[in-house]
Amino acid sequence: MLGLERKDTLLMFAVAFITLLAPIILNPFPAGSALAQFNAGYPDLMQRFVIFGIFAIGFNILFGLTGYLSFGHAAFLGIGSYSAVWMFKLLSMNVIPAILLSIIMAGLFALVIGFVSLRRSGIYFSILTLAFAQMSYNLAYSVLTPVTNGETGLQLTLSDPRILDGASSGGLPVTSLFGAEMRDTTTLYVGPWTWDFSVGYYFCALLMLIAFYLSVRIFRSPFGMMLRAVKSNQQRMNYTGLNSRPYTLAAFVISGMYAGLAGGLLAAMDPLAGADRMQWTASGEVVLMTILGGAGTLIGPVLGAGFIKYFENIFSKINDGILHQWFAFMPDGLENFMVTVIHPFIGKGWHLTLGIMFMLVVIFLPGGLVEGAQRTGRLFRRRDRNADHVESDAARQRAAAE
Amino acid sequence: MGILEVKGVNKRFGGLQALGDVNLSVRENTVHAIIGPNGAGKSTLLNCLVGKLIPDSGSVMFDGQSVLGRKPHEINQMGISRVFQTPEIFADLSVLENVMIPCFARRDGAFRLHAYETVRKEADIREQAEAMLADVNMLDKRNMIASSLSRGDKRRLEMAMCLVQSPKLLLLDEPTAGMARADTNNTIDLLKEIKAKRDITMCIIEHDMHVVFSLAERITVLAQGTPLVEETPENIKGHPKVREAYLGEAQV
Repeated sequence: MLGLERKDTLLMFAVAFITLLAPIILNPFPAGSALAQFNAGYPDLMQRFVIFGIFAIGFNILFGLTGYLSFGHAAFLGIGSYSAVWMFKLLSMNVIPAILLSIIMAGLFALVIGFVSLRRSGIYFSILTLAFAQMSYNLAYSVLTPVTNGETGLQLTLSDPRILDGASSGGLPVTSLFGAEMRDTTTLYVGPWTWDFSVGYYFCALLMLIAFYLSVRIFRSPFGMMLRAVKSNQQRMNYTGLNSRPYTLAAFVISGMYAGLAGGLLAAMDPLAGADRMQWTASGEVVLMTILGGAGTLIGPVLGAGFIKYFENIFSKINDGILHQWFAFMPDGLENFMVTVIHPFIGKGWHLTLGIMFMLVVIFLPGGLVEGAQRTGRLFRRRDRNADHVESDAARQRAAAE
Repeated sequence: MGILEVKGVNKRFGGLQALGDVNLSVRENTVHAIIGPNGAGKSTLLNCLVGKLIPDSGSVMFDGQSVLGRKPHEINQMGISRVFQTPEIFADLSVLENVMIPCFARRDGAFRLHAYETVRKEADIREQAEAMLADVNMLDKRNMIASSLSRGDKRRLEMAMCLVQSPKLLLLDEPTAGMARADTNNTIDLLKEIKAKRDITMCIIEHDMHVVFSLAERITVLAQGTPLVEETPENIKGHPKVREAYLGEAQV
C-alpha cells in the first residue's frame, strides 16, 4: 500500500495513529491529579513534538544515510522562520504561502552552504557547516537588522501591508489556514480527563506525516541506496562510475528543506522569529535528537525529538515544592535528603538528566532508542523463534524420511 | 592499436621521477601484466590510468579517447573498472545491494535523483545483480552484510561488482597481495573462469610471479619508472634485462 512494503506500511499507520490520537495518548493522567504535570497533551508542546520531529527526520536523511554530520542545520530552521514571518507581514496570514517560502528559501541557502561545505568531509565538513550557521546567526543578530529586526526578533505589527488580507481591524491578526485559526482549540471533557484538539497541532501533524512518508520513500529508493553507499565507501562509489558530490548535495538540500519547513511551522504556530533559533546549541539539539532516537532508522529521529522536547518541557517544570510533596510520606530528615539528592536533576538541571540519559544510550544502545525497542522485542520473541527452529527441523526430518 | 595506449607518460613527485617516459599498449581481449620490483612505479601508473593522478606529460588514450583530466567516475563510465589491493566494497550494505549499485550506475549514469522510486520494484536491476552473483557462486550469500564475508568472498564480490558493469577494461591492483597460497590459487581460478566466460581485457599489476605466469598473455616489466621490455611470458622468464632488474635481486 502507498507504494511501500508491508513492514513500512504498518510503521506508517502506527505513526499516523499515534500522531492523530496524541492529544488523548499524551494526556494519560486526569487533570488536577498529582501526576497531571507529566501530561504532555497540550497543543503548544505537541506542536513542538511534531515540528522538531520534522526537523530531525530531515536531518536524518543527511546524517543517517550519508554519515555527513552537519552542525549547522539550525540556520535553515531560522531561515524558514524569518521567511514565514515576512510572508505573514507582507502577503497574508494564511500559513500555506508562508510555509512554501520557508521551504524554498531554506532549500536555496542549503544549496549554497552545501555546495561549499561538501567539498570537505568528516570533521572539516562539520566545522564548515558550524561556521556557516554561526555566520547566519550573527548576520541575523546584528548586521541584517533591517531584515531580521536584530535581537528583538521579527514580529508582526499593525502597520504591516498584508496585501491579500487588507487592513486588519483591532488587534494583531492570527495565523490561519483559509480561515481556520491555528490557535483554535476544542477541549473535550471525558470524566476527569481533558483533551485539547487544536487546529495548529493537526496541521503540523499532517505535515509531519507527509514528511515522514517522503522520508520512508527516500530510504527505500535507489537514491537512498546511493546515499548509504556514500556513507559506506566513497572511494568504491567513485570507481563504480557514480559521482558522490551531487548525491550528497541533494541530500543536504532535502534535509535543509525539511529544516525550513520546521522553521516555517514554528513561525506559523507563533508568528515570531528570533536569531537564537539559529544558534549552535539549536544545531546541536537536532544532532542529539537523531542520535538519541537512532541515526539511520526511520522512526528514531521522531522518537528522539519527542524525548528531548518532553524532558525540556516536563522535567524542567518540576521544582523542590513538588519533590517535597512526593516524598512527604518519608520521615523529615530522609525527605530533605531525597530532595537534596534529586534537586540537581530537575528544574533548571534537566540538562543533567538528559546528559546522563544520552550517555547511557550512546554507551549501551549505540543504535539509539530504536535499538532499545528492538532488543526488548527480541527478548519477547526469542522463545517463539526457537520453537520455529524445532518445527522446521522436524519438518525437514520428516521430508527426508519420506 | 590497443584498447589502452599510454604514450610518453612522465610523473614526478618532488625530486623523484616516479614514471619516466612510459609507453604501454594493451591489446583488446588479452590479459596484460605489469610487473616490477618495489617502487618501480606500477601503482603510480595505475593511478594515472584511473584518474587519481594526472601525469606531468604524455597521453593516455582509452578506446580512442583521452582519459587525462577526467574524474574517476567519468573514467569508469567510459568502461574501465578497477579492483583494489584490499577489496573495496560497500561493507555496511548487503551483498545484493553491493552488486545492484554498479547496475544502477550503468543504467542511470553518474547521478540521478531517483528518490521517489522503490528499489524493490527494480526487477531488471535485481535480476541482473542476481545473475552476476550466481556467476561467481555467491547467490546464497546475497542477503549477508558484506562486511561479514570472508576475505576471499569479499574479493569475489568486488570482482562481481566490476564485472556486472561489463567493463571494456578491468584493472587489477595486486589482487593477491597478502593472500595465503590457497587463496591466491582461488583468485587465479576465478580470474581464469571470468576470462573464459566473456570477452574482457585485463590489466593486472602483480608481485607474485606464480600469478603472473598463470594468467598473463603479455607482460611489461617496469623498473625505476621505465618499461624495460614487453614480451610474452615465455620470453620474459629468460630475459637478461629482467633478471638483472627484478629476479637478480633474489639471487644476490
